[in-house]
Amino acid sequence: MSIEMTQVEHVADLARLQLSREELERLSTQLSRILTYMEELNAVDTMDIPGTTSVVAGDANVLREDEVQPSLSKVHALSNAPEAVDGLFQVPQIIGDR
Amino acid sequence: MSLVKCTLKELQDRFTRGDVSAVEIVRAYFLRIGVVESKVKAYITLNDKEAMLSQAQALDDALSAWRRTEPMMAMPIAIKDNICTEGLPTTCGSRILGGFSPPYSATAVDALRAQQCFLIGKTNLDEFGMGSSTEYSAFGPSRNPWKLSCVPGGSSGGSAAAVAADECVAALGTDTGGSIRQPAACCGVVGLKPTYGRVSRYGLIAFASSLDQIGPITKDVMDAALMLNVLAGHDPRDSTSADKPVPDFTRAFKKKDVKKLTIGVPLEFFAEGLDPEVNDAVGEALAVLEELGGTIHEVSLPHTGVAVATYYIVATAEASSNLARYDGVKYGFRAKESPDLLEMYRITRQEGFGPEVKRRIMLGTYALSSGYYDAYYAKAQAVRTLIRQDFDRVFQDVDLLVTPVMPTPAFQLGEKIEDPLQMYLSDLYTISASLAGIPAISLPCGLSRKGLPIGMQILGRPFEEDVVLRAARAYELATDWHKKRPLIRQGR
Repeated sequence: MSIEMTQVEHVADLARLQLSREELERLSTQLSRILTYMEELNAVDTMDIPGTTSVVAGDANVLREDEVQPSLSKVHALSNAPEAVDGLFQVPQIIGDR
Repeated sequence: MSLVKCTLKELQDRFTRGDVSAVEIVRAYFLRIGVVESKVKAYITLNDKEAMLSQAQALDDALSAWRRTEPMMAMPIAIKDNICTEGLPTTCGSRILGGFSPPYSATAVDALRAQQCFLIGKTNLDEFGMGSSTEYSAFGPSRNPWKLSCVPGGSSGGSAAAVAADECVAALGTDTGGSIRQPAACCGVVGLKPTYGRVSRYGLIAFASSLDQIGPITKDVMDAALMLNVLAGHDPRDSTSADKPVPDFTRAFKKKDVKKLTIGVPLEFFAEGLDPEVNDAVGEALAVLEELGGTIHEVSLPHTGVAVATYYIVATAEASSNLARYDGVKYGFRAKESPDLLEMYRITRQEGFGPEVKRRIMLGTYALSSGYYDAYYAKAQAVRTLIRQDFDRVFQDVDLLVTPVMPTPAFQLGEKIEDPLQMYLSDLYTISASLAGIPAISLPCGLSRKGLPIGMQILGRPFEEDVVLRAARAYELATDWHKKRPLIRQGR
């Protein structure tokens, strides 16, 4: 299995990674090798075998009452923000003229 | 005997009897760290010595009037740096969490803190737990205390090295595909990955949520049981934690043999690629277990060969989703020059993540992307079911399984760093238990000719940590591999 450069670029875009030319080329080679190795899975017959999403017995949903409980204060929640203003996370401008 | 050489049990006993004060414990460990840490590099962050000394003094003052103690009181414990500790920086070994100081602690940390242990420091790891050597840490690699030119294993390599080098009495590690067991084997200490759901993951920074577990890394099997007693239990904050009764795991040690236990030896784990020295050491360990009354059976886990491929699809897919949260908005690192929001995300992630994390995000994103989902992710989930069924089947006939932990003793620094697939294949023997969610312990069972530790792995049925621990302890009492300690010096 070889993975085309355009595909690597597409996946990097999906993953929001601004990879350098060099990284894209190296990853193209490395991912091709790893994906080739993973082709051994094709030899396993999985017809009618349900997938495992969780190993927790029963796979049942765990529900609880929707009750208000104490949680992080706004000050705490913002304490690690790279930029915050007026009790809000601040990001570069999204809407309107720059 | 020097304080820092004590096991957790021995140190607890000495402290409870009043033979040693909390202040003496803190002093002894900081002295030890001062001597060896510059060589071993187990820690990313050390807690403040003066603050710990005042905490210790307060404990000693209170105890002079009242001598009843909690088991973990005054015990210097190291925490892997992907587990949140309120007020102590938590980096995941990544630049992207630069400056992050968690506003809360993990449930596992709270449980230890509630008993007034000392959080002595945060240990090094491969970035976000992704690696088998600590070489993928943004803070540089830790060293193997047995031979400083070798890796300590990973990803919990800092925790394993800290325990082996007597820089803490016990440590927390985390295991996604072997990250507790493999470094424990490399460093000649004990590492226990509990059943998935046995220990709360709340406050453990997620890598692959269906696989991640917190567990102890300790000097012997007794200590692993003592730690698990504190860590195990249901937590309403982690809906995948099991609502099951938690026994006193040390009760399993009342029996000092393995009579009436049937032990399976999976043939697939002793095939091509296994170092002869490891093969021999595990073979001798099996002979000891047989002398102790165990019945040994050969068994087959036919899907072992595809476990690595399955794991690296499931784990990277989950990682690509979990690591989407690092966007430079809520915490950690943000790239300086960011003209707009999308660029800010892209540049922040490009500059903040190291090469292995990027590789796994790419692999996982690819496996989940439109057109490839069924061929990779859905396929791997189905094979995971077959791997679990292999275990269900053999555990009808045997109580435990014994295998090697890794195909070779610890490898050299730099040996596999340029070859990601070779690095992945070093997890061959630990990955299956992770995919099946079953408990597994790694304990020392030999030394190679070059003087590097060799580990054996004991696996059990879900929530039967007590059976795993009983067999491991019986072996330990019959041998003295766990008593061997490294002499820390520059490797040739």
